Amino acid sequence: MKKTGNPYLLTGGILSALLTAVIITGFFWTPYSTTAMNAKEKLQPPSAAHWFGTDNFGRDVFSRVMQGAGTSFLIAALVVVIGCSAGILIGSVCGYFGGTADLILTRICDTITAFPAILLALVIVSITGSSVSNIVLALGILFIPSFARVVRTQYAGIRNLNYIKAARLQGVRTPRILYTHILPNTLSVLVPAMTIGFNNAVLAEAGMSFLGIGIQPPEASLGTMLRDSQNYLATAPWYALGAGFSIVLLILSFSLMSEGVQNLDAQN
Amino acid sequence: MKQVVKKTASLIITLFVVSLLAFLAFQIIPGDPTTKILGTSASPQKVAQLRAQLGLDRPVLERYLDWLVSFVKGDFGISYNYLRPVGRLLADKLPVTVLLTVVSFGMTLLLSVPIGIFSGSLRNAVADHAAVVAGQIIMAVPPFFFGILTCYLFGIVLKWFQPGNFVSFSDDAAGCLRYLFLPALSLALPRIAMTVRMLRGSIRSELTRNYVLTAKSRGMTRRMILLRHVLRNAMLPVVTFLAVSAAEIMTGTIIIEQVFTIPGIGRLLVSSIGNRDFPVVQAIVVLLAAWIMIVNFIADMLNQWMDPRRREGGS
Repeated sequence: MKKTGNPYLLTGGILSALLTAVIITGFFWTPYSTTAMNAKEKLQPPSAAHWFGTDNFGRDVFSRVMQGAGTSFLIAALVVVIGCSAGILIGSVCGYFGGTADLILTRICDTITAFPAILLALVIVSITGSSVSNIVLALGILFIPSFARVVRTQYAGIRNLNYIKAARLQGVRTPRILYTHILPNTLSVLVPAMTIGFNNAVLAEAGMSFLGIGIQPPEASLGTMLRDSQNYLATAPWYALGAGFSIVLLILSFSLMSEGVQNLDAQN
Repeated sequence: MKQVVKKTASLIITLFVVSLLAFLAFQIIPGDPTTKILGTSASPQKVAQLRAQLGLDRPVLERYLDWLVSFVKGDFGISYNYLRPVGRLLADKLPVTVLLTVVSFGMTLLLSVPIGIFSGSLRNAVADHAAVVAGQIIMAVPPFFFGILTCYLFGIVLKWFQPGNFVSFSDDAAGCLRYLFLPALSLALPRIAMTVRMLRGSIRSELTRNYVLTAKSRGMTRRMILLRHVLRNAMLPVVTFLAVSAAEIMTGTIIIEQVFTIPGIGRLLVSSIGNRDFPVVQAIVVLLAAWIMIVNFIADMLNQWMDPRRREGGS
């Protein structure tokens, strides 16, 4: 161990814990209503009453950021859950058994990962229509290959280790070998992959909503807020800054944590 | 040589499959494009006539083959919205996007490699941590938010340029490039941070290899070892990553063109998705897909050429 332990994990962990607390609070309570308009308080600069100022409808930007971040967070989390669980399933079977199916699936995954997720997601959502569930499904499916690839490599490396051979000889059933013997040993790779996936999902959703193809009003996400705020950049820059820096902070805290986990792994 | 043929064949097959998928994807859309053009109150006769004119009355596979042949010839169909050939629409918009991509990729290449080498050779722990943190912060800023920030800072506060007032290349080449500088930088910055990070890691792990020790024992300076031996090996994974970057940058233009109101294919794509103008969407998607696969193919070839172990055809 080095002198100060793991500063990345510490800062990243604290930041993400704080943000998660704020976001969860936002599901139940925000300082102001996120929808009620108030013409008298239009485009107010930040103050003690409105930390991030108010928007063009007089709504409190901080409250909207809390809620918008919640939407972004929820979408990204769901995307990671879908991508990761399906990725584990496909990757484990491919890596453990190998063979022709493995070759074909790996090839398909390689091709899909060559495409930027946002491009494919744009196409899928433009065909199926903009709704939260369509965005989650589109991004979730598109994130499967990246997880499957990581998992596959791990399983292919582990399948012939002695402890697995021993388990096989003892007659342990294959699903048990796959998911209770091997899976825990892939966590050091899987956890960073999940945080990176989470960040990419936040970015992709924000990008799509920014283009007006993601979340539709009146629902707020950080992307839609940035889109709206662009019109008031000259008169109310705090609107854009509040929404934008929230995205930055969200991504930064998770990537610091991921960096910390990787360092932890390197130290052991 | 055998490898090259094999790879080329696989590229063509993949292109074929992707074009088929792109075509089929746009066939399952609910709703008929004729309703879009003629409105819901059109007579069945008129609808049938337009369907025939657009070729919608024939079997899907036949239409696919037709579409593919004309696509390769440069005929991308007719826009539902503008009722103009898609090829003509793209010809207006594509050069701007390509220029933006080239400028941005050039920035990525020119900045990331020297910075990556420098940060890979850093031996100071504090500077190293600072580099990691700086990289993490840069990577956390989405290009479109960086774009908005620069619009605010340089456009509204400092008034160095007018956001939204795009200068076309044919009117004023220097002005156009100047306008594209900030969008290109917005797209390039996260890619630069990622490439630097990767090159740094790659150099680090190469420096621990035995051949470095051998070279050192023969009295080579650190600098010479780094530039002559380490870099050659360390660049291999980075080349592949740069190809990914080229693809990501081209896709990134879709969003950044909105921020800076640049009249490229990104804006055309977004407005076409909004208008459900699918021939345009389809053409842009297939073109982008082809671009991405070709870039990856080039990277693969470069990698093989740079790595003698792979040139022999072993894996």
